[in-house]
Amino acid sequence: MTALLRRLVAKPWLWAYVAALSVWVVTILFTGGRGGGEVLTAAFTFATFSVIVGIGQMYVVTLGPGNVDLSIPATITLAGAVATKVMDTQDGMILVGLLVALACGVGVGIFNYALIWLLRIPPIIATLSSSFLIQSAAIAYGRGIRIKPPPALADFTTSQVLGMPVLALCVIALAAIMEVVLQRTVYGRWVTAIGQNIRAARLAGVQVGRTRFSAYVMSAVFAGLCGYLLSGFSGGSSLSMGEEYLLTSIALVVIGGSSVAGGNSNVPGLWGAALFLFLVVTMLNTYGFGAGVRYLATGMIIIAVIVAASARRPAR
Amino acid sequence: MNAIGLTPRLLRSLLPALSLVALLGAIFWLQPRAMSYVGFNLMLNLAIPIAFATIAQMCVITVNDLDLSIGTYVGFVACVGATLLSGGVAALPFVKDLQASGALPAVLPWIFQTPLAGVLALLLGIGVYALLGALIHWRNLPSIVVTLGMSFVWLGLSVLILPVPGGQAPQWIKSLMTLKPPFIPFPIIAAAIIAIAAHFLVMRTSYGAVLRGAGGNPKAIERAGWSLLRVKMTMFALAGFFGMLAGLSLVGLTTSGDANIALRYTLLSIAGVILGGGEFVGGRISPVGAVIGAATLTLAGSFLSFLRISPDWQIGAQGAILILVLALRTLIDRAEKRR
Repeated sequence: MTALLRRLVAKPWLWAYVAALSVWVVTILFTGGRGGGEVLTAAFTFATFSVIVGIGQMYVVTLGPGNVDLSIPATITLAGAVATKVMDTQDGMILVGLLVALACGVGVGIFNYALIWLLRIPPIIATLSSSFLIQSAAIAYGRGIRIKPPPALADFTTSQVLGMPVLALCVIALAAIMEVVLQRTVYGRWVTAIGQNIRAARLAGVQVGRTRFSAYVMSAVFAGLCGYLLSGFSGGSSLSMGEEYLLTSIALVVIGGSSVAGGNSNVPGLWGAALFLFLVVTMLNTYGFGAGVRYLATGMIIIAVIVAASARRPAR
Repeated sequence: MNAIGLTPRLLRSLLPALSLVALLGAIFWLQPRAMSYVGFNLMLNLAIPIAFATIAQMCVITVNDLDLSIGTYVGFVACVGATLLSGGVAALPFVKDLQASGALPAVLPWIFQTPLAGVLALLLGIGVYALLGALIHWRNLPSIVVTLGMSFVWLGLSVLILPVPGGQAPQWIKSLMTLKPPFIPFPIIAAAIIAIAAHFLVMRTSYGAVLRGAGGNPKAIERAGWSLLRVKMTMFALAGFFGMLAGLSLVGLTTSGDANIALRYTLLSIAGVILGGGEFVGGRISPVGAVIGAATLTLAGSFLSFLRISPDWQIGAQGAILILVLALRTLIDRAEKRR
């Protein structure tokens, strides 16, 4: 029993859940226990979307220093706009819409990696410049249109089972699969190995190029999926719907206990971090603080977490 | 090629200027009337705050860090400039609300009206930047994450100062930004001054060499007896200083403040540094190039409007220019290796 407990405490993702739980308790203390369930339902609903992009961002970050995907918000916006237009409120087109959204992601991912590989530019600049292009395409494409999502998609993205959003259950399953992929498959181990030492990985026979390529494509595909679901959830796509997910996706990776320097990541922490970030906002709302204090608190928390995490990390 | 001494190295350093000239040439070809005093003023006005923000970003990139908070910091400075710096504490919206509700007297003592409050707030901002540099060095933190957190902090502070867009920029900044010197348009003079000043600061002074060296080979700088902590703090404080100038010049142009006014500056400033020939690691930077890069990105918008392409594509054009210039640089690098 104590051995199990000790192993649990050693998990880097535990603290995100502990923090999320304590924030939730503080929130319902204020309301005297009322609305605790509703708060959790809302937290799971909104955390779902950030976890989807968080998984992709985490795989990219795991590849090592300098690897980060800045094109996630633009991809979300583009995929959302294209998918809603293709589906054109018809239930029969839901699958086609999904495929189109995922195809947007594949296209963006290939473009990103082509820039990194062909032009040898740092991933930050590559994904930055491609995000400019994608954002423009999304704006030009989606200008003035506000098409509702197909009713069946809207129903699916907002449905609940016993107070638990169905979408959240699906994404929990997705996260579990991606954790297994990261920790137990050859591919996942390759991603981690590249992040730890790219030269050693190459010498050990890891197919560095192919692994990095697929991580960038995966990140963009998850962003496309997020855009698709988000436009179903919020009654259509909008040009600013991806904006908040750039900072959120990076924040999830950090708060979730993955190493920002790469080579050491975990998926469960993403869920803990996403719930935590949403619950903090809810707590501050409950206590009557405005937007300014909410931003301030979010920023302070991110800095505090990274400072605390650096204490654990062995000095290099 | 060798006959005229056009080595890849020279070509590489000329690339930023050449791309700016090419863009300007295209604009003048499309619209000859843009080649005038008024034309330059209109096209390059907004290049001044972007150039300052780019220099700020360059300072951070010199020491191998990245500042993702410069956009919201510039917004914070703009909010301070439109309130505290013009009318003191009394210019804050929530103080005005309290006055309107009668909780505070209608006329406040001078201490609440002095712009010194604004000066203090701006100095505090630079101080926070210096402390960030110290924190990042001391705990060996990834700057991306720390400045990501700071971007929320600055945004929160801006929203607290100015919940809705408004305020009034101080008169002296407004008159400075709308200066009309004879013959040469103000933005060009300003850009030249920024470029030359930054060039002397980091390229020509002996401590500037140490600052750049800390990006190239920190161990060597440390062994030579310089304090890396002080280098980081200096560079971050400089970033805060130039970011402050960006915010003040921006609020001088827009005349009122807004917390979200400069969110795009974060990505634009990084793009400007890279466009100007800077590199992410190794302390390889070029202040003159950075200012040129900022001007190129600003002109991309004018270029599109002269082509009668929808402003929707303005961001896209900036991305395309960035990719194009980087592709050219890669080609030059390959040519260099082949020799």
